[in-house]
Amino acid sequence: MTRSEPSAVDLVARLASGALRAADVTAAFLDRIESHDGDLHAFLHVDRQTALKQARGIDRKRERGEPLGRLAGLPVAVKDLLCTRGEPTTCGSRMLQSFRPPYDATAIRKLREADAVLIGRTNLDEFAMGGSTENSAFQPTHNPWRHGYTPGGSSGGSAACVAASMAPLSLGTDTGGSIRQPAAFCGVTGMKPTYGRVSRQGLVAFASSLDQIGPLAHSAEDAALLLEVVAGYDPGDSTSVDRPVPPYTQTIGRPLENLRLGVIKQQFGDGLHDEIAAAVEAAIDVYRSQGATVREISLPHSQYVVATYYVIAPSEASSNLARYDGVHYGHRTDERAMLDELQAQYARLDAEGRLEAAIRLDSPLVAMYRRSRAEGFGDEVKRRIMIGTYALSAGYYDAYYLKALKVRRLISQDYAAAFGEVDLLIGPVTPTPAFPLGEKVRDPLTMYLVDLYTAGANLAGIPGISLPCGFTSDRLPIGLQLQAPPFEEERLLRGAHMFQQATDWHLRRPTLP
Amino acid sequence: MDLTRQDVEKVALLARLDLSEDEIEQMTSQLVRILAYIDRFAELDTDRVEPMAHAIEMSNVFRDDEVRPSLDRREALENAPHHDEQCYLVPAVLGD
Repeated sequence: MTRSEPSAVDLVARLASGALRAADVTAAFLDRIESHDGDLHAFLHVDRQTALKQARGIDRKRERGEPLGRLAGLPVAVKDLLCTRGEPTTCGSRMLQSFRPPYDATAIRKLREADAVLIGRTNLDEFAMGGSTENSAFQPTHNPWRHGYTPGGSSGGSAACVAASMAPLSLGTDTGGSIRQPAAFCGVTGMKPTYGRVSRQGLVAFASSLDQIGPLAHSAEDAALLLEVVAGYDPGDSTSVDRPVPPYTQTIGRPLENLRLGVIKQQFGDGLHDEIAAAVEAAIDVYRSQGATVREISLPHSQYVVATYYVIAPSEASSNLARYDGVHYGHRTDERAMLDELQAQYARLDAEGRLEAAIRLDSPLVAMYRRSRAEGFGDEVKRRIMIGTYALSAGYYDAYYLKALKVRRLISQDYAAAFGEVDLLIGPVTPTPAFPLGEKVRDPLTMYLVDLYTAGANLAGIPGISLPCGFTSDRLPIGLQLQAPPFEEERLLRGAHMFQQATDWHLRRPTLP
Repeated sequence: MDLTRQDVEKVALLARLDLSEDEIEQMTSQLVRILAYIDRFAELDTDRVEPMAHAIEMSNVFRDDEVRPSLDRREALENAPHHDEQCYLVPAVLGD
């Protein structure tokens, strides 16, 4: 069914005109969270009083006629991977269960400066590693369209909370598809900007050369609003790019003339779900009817994307996650028990006359590191740390890490060549629709293949967006992906908006119990 | 690539992870499968391809060398599992 609820852009306008009060809007979303999140588990942390206090503060500023930010009074949910000063930032990990960051991430600071109301922290796969939220140490999130099914991941909570109208906008992060894939599974719009477009300062690092923060929303227009607020150069992130942020919301209504679309040949082969193929074909016809020309494009190295990604991302992760040492912050093993056990082991080996083995026992410090990390990290995080450590270790570096960096260049060159011929690439987001919770979690490689159509954009650094474009026969959402050259977010958003002007898939809402 | 149980034990030490016997067993078989998939890129000739470490290539990003306030000690220690208000505390590194 389609429900006529106001968009984020509408809400901001009504808040600005005084027709709505921030406290009432915030209370309405909080009430909705209270009614539905017990079933969905999209949030890890909601602090009703703090959110209402922020909202009332914004209402007072407005009453006093003080200048207000772009999102004044609008609730925004944030993936629990962005540092928020003094508030829980767990990253979905036992390791950071009681961590309270001493500073705000730049994106959080920008939300505060825009007078947004931070309504809650959304669930994710631990440290953003996964495609289903089942790797969260705390709870899996359910898909609002079908209980018992995954919302996708890793930004599954951010996608589910928007789909269920528990927040009008949310921030997620995308390292290999972690915004676009859950957006597709939950029937919302999700965008991964160009690498460097949004500061990563204060974003807990997974794979630093791939991670990017982006918006999830009901429409491209709403996504444009949030992107406009969080994008921009930041001296705190030396990889953020010093370029002006175009006024996306002002240009989004201008259709792209003489639009040239490229359909990626390799994405329409074996393994693509029939109903997804049909929905994407129908979406391409919508563009044709708007005057776009469509041609087939080859990305010859597509079949190596997942392999390349699953060397580079774990390698960077193994290095980034070395910081969790049980010393500076995060979980630490019970030291007394650890030392007692180590002493007992030593005594036993000594008594058996196995001095050699006794000497090889871990030192207390190494044992503390190893146990703290073993207790703090879940299986998938351990698996990726192991893959990455192996790929970077002496003897395997050339065959894995260096090789992956070279193939990354080939993949990136494929995109550059494609964008010499077309303006946007169009295709599916995922090979399959949302799957039942529990279906793939025991089979890591199958789960990795979920990133088949999305990880290429991260390797090449280009922006991509996922748009709702239909439903399977059993009523699961289908996503359409558009990809653009680096820093062409404006083109991407205008292209996405054209589709949403001609269709109403983005206005469909799930029926919640 | 034949990854053995011993390789996994060695990598676990390098990664500072303590894995149980069962975890080593399971990790070995999973990594063998994952690496077999990754090995598909070995067939590509990349001899003359320049490695690409970052998506948007930049080099030498400098900032002005100015003194700025940093995190104060109390805040830096606040999240530490074990500290004495001046230093982080760890198990003895040398001797007993």
